[in-house]
Amino acid sequence: MTPTLFGRIQTRIFLVAVVGSLWTLLITPVLPGGGDDGVPYAMTFSILLVVGVAGIVWEFVYHALQQFRWEKDWPTLLSLVTGINEGLLAWLIVAAGFAPGIDDGVPLAAFLVHFITTWLVIFLYANGPMRVPFLRWRYRGGRLV
Amino acid sequence: MSQQQPPPPAPPGGTPAAGSAPAAGDLTDQLIATSIWTDEMVAGAGIPIIDVPLTSVGGGIGSFVLADVLRIAGMPAGSMRALGQADRPWDTYAYLASVSQIPEPERLRSDAGSTPDNIWGFPSFAVREAFGARSLTGFIAPLFQVLVEPILTDYYTPPAGHVYSGMQREADRIGWWNMVDKGQVRMIRRRAGGGYFTILTPPAGTSATKRVAYRSLHVHTAVGYPGVRFLRDLQEYREKHQDFTRVVNAYEPHEHVYQELRKRPGTVVVRGSGIVGSRILQRLIDDREHHGAQTTIIHLFRNFVDGPQGKSIFMRRPGADGFAYQGFNFPKAAWGGQLKNRLERSGPEERKELIAQMGGTNTPKRKLWQQQLAKGRREGYYRTHVGTVTEVYPGDDGTVVTRIDTADGVLEVAANYIVDATGLQADIGEHRVLNDLLEHGGAGRNAVGRLDVEPSFEVRGTRSGEGRIYASGSSTLGGYYAGVDSFLGLQYAALQIADDLASQRFVKKIGPVRSTLQWWKWAFNRKVSS
Repeated sequence: MTPTLFGRIQTRIFLVAVVGSLWTLLITPVLPGGGDDGVPYAMTFSILLVVGVAGIVWEFVYHALQQFRWEKDWPTLLSLVTGINEGLLAWLIVAAGFAPGIDDGVPLAAFLVHFITTWLVIFLYANGPMRVPFLRWRYRGGRLV
Repeated sequence: MSQQQPPPPAPPGGTPAAGSAPAAGDLTDQLIATSIWTDEMVAGAGIPIIDVPLTSVGGGIGSFVLADVLRIAGMPAGSMRALGQADRPWDTYAYLASVSQIPEPERLRSDAGSTPDNIWGFPSFAVREAFGARSLTGFIAPLFQVLVEPILTDYYTPPAGHVYSGMQREADRIGWWNMVDKGQVRMIRRRAGGGYFTILTPPAGTSATKRVAYRSLHVHTAVGYPGVRFLRDLQEYREKHQDFTRVVNAYEPHEHVYQELRKRPGTVVVRGSGIVGSRILQRLIDDREHHGAQTTIIHLFRNFVDGPQGKSIFMRRPGADGFAYQGFNFPKAAWGGQLKNRLERSGPEERKELIAQMGGTNTPKRKLWQQQLAKGRREGYYRTHVGTVTEVYPGDDGTVVTRIDTADGVLEVAANYIVDATGLQADIGEHRVLNDLLEHGGAGRNAVGRLDVEPSFEVRGTRSGEGRIYASGSSTLGGYYAGVDSFLGLQYAALQIADDLASQRFVKKIGPVRSTLQWWKWAFNRKVSS
């Protein structure tokens, strides 16, 4: 991908809010570690919100790093492996109690499965199917509007 | 439409007239001299008029890609005629690729998402190659490569044959074959009252008159390169000594060079350090490695790139061993990211500078080529010289001698063959139709000297009433988009043109719903409704 800064932010918001939300709706009932009542939606959507908001900050970092690349592109592999740093930060935020609406902590297993699968779904969607409805997206550095 | 040489004069067709009177249905002196034609003038010359809303001059990949986007945007097949000489839109491209050493099984310099048979770029060629594979490694390899490119591997690039077969399928799907009229376009002229006339010279014997006029509201041109470019000293040598065997251009058939070098040891001088130069070097070394050739390669550089270029660490292109390296002919973001934005915001002179900085002569840093050249240097059969060629003349024993001014003095290199791999002729004035557009159509040149186009790819200054002329491809380099001479650039131009036409209600704007529905049709190979 060859994102611009605004393109990155717009794409991030869209991917988390639409693709991430749909996936979270599907996966939450089967997440491990929630005991008899399961993992509440409030918890997973709160994590998703953390990923989205922290992600916007991350985009500034990535954009700065991209400036050192001659091609001014963001290779596919980087958009996959940045899941590691983003996942770690999101976990730290959640564990420190900064995630809204989560008071008694989050089971690590639930967090891992939720975060990793959401990251992969978003990654796969952004690297192909995203182009189907949004024909001009790839020419606009990831801007949707 | 580009061929080995500038378009030849119109072939004789119809019934040639004796004496000075023009043949029936031919151009008259009055028509040739008049910039804006009336219907009566054309009819008076006996030229039959065919009405169609849009003509596309060229009939190559540029015309095809526009047809694809417009058909998907709801244009009936009968609303556009593509005019050109090739049987299939990719024929000229495939010919040039093949003689410059990219036959169908070999890979192009084009990325996975540049898919001239699919306006979305999904599924990419890499995904399609994976699902077309017959082994597990064949399935995994292309997917892994697009995942880790260009960090751990070279960029994925599709085999030429896959691109052609993809276009064949899409041409069948959109009804392309009924949208084409064969022949050579002579000129485009504005029409009094709006729109244009496009004059076609059909192949001899296929038409009652020598010329046919297409009266259309809009015109699109995508004519490619006017011809092959020769270095001046090589051109002089060829003309003076009538030697077209020993001094060849990479874009003309020159298989005899490789065949001869397989039979006996020889020396080849290669001129040019771009992608074509790399392909020629690969072929010469492949023949050494696999067919026992004993060729010595002398690679001449005018500008030797000995390291990364660029003052700022934020704008520094990798380079070494004489070559400037990048994956494609421009940095990736020129097609749709930061660099595209920057170009759009720049003024004409700044654009020219930026295009020169991002483009110019460059080649990808492919692992195979690095290994081959490193081995050649070690074993002494690949040598480089830097300097300016002052003369090329016949030497002893059927050799050709190149005299070079180098930093260390004058050097004379005798070789059995010289391969000019410096590229194609890009001067639009050398193309008959574009030259006519400059002289009579109101078109102008941009800072780079090519056709001056709007961001919508409308050719500035050529409006005729409601009618517009659009251009895409290499003739438009120097405008708001750098990668015009690429599959993705043609697709971008087509989309911009389609959007401009949609704003005039010529077609529908392709929004998310239409885009998705049409993609489903593509995926299941369902015909686009006529």
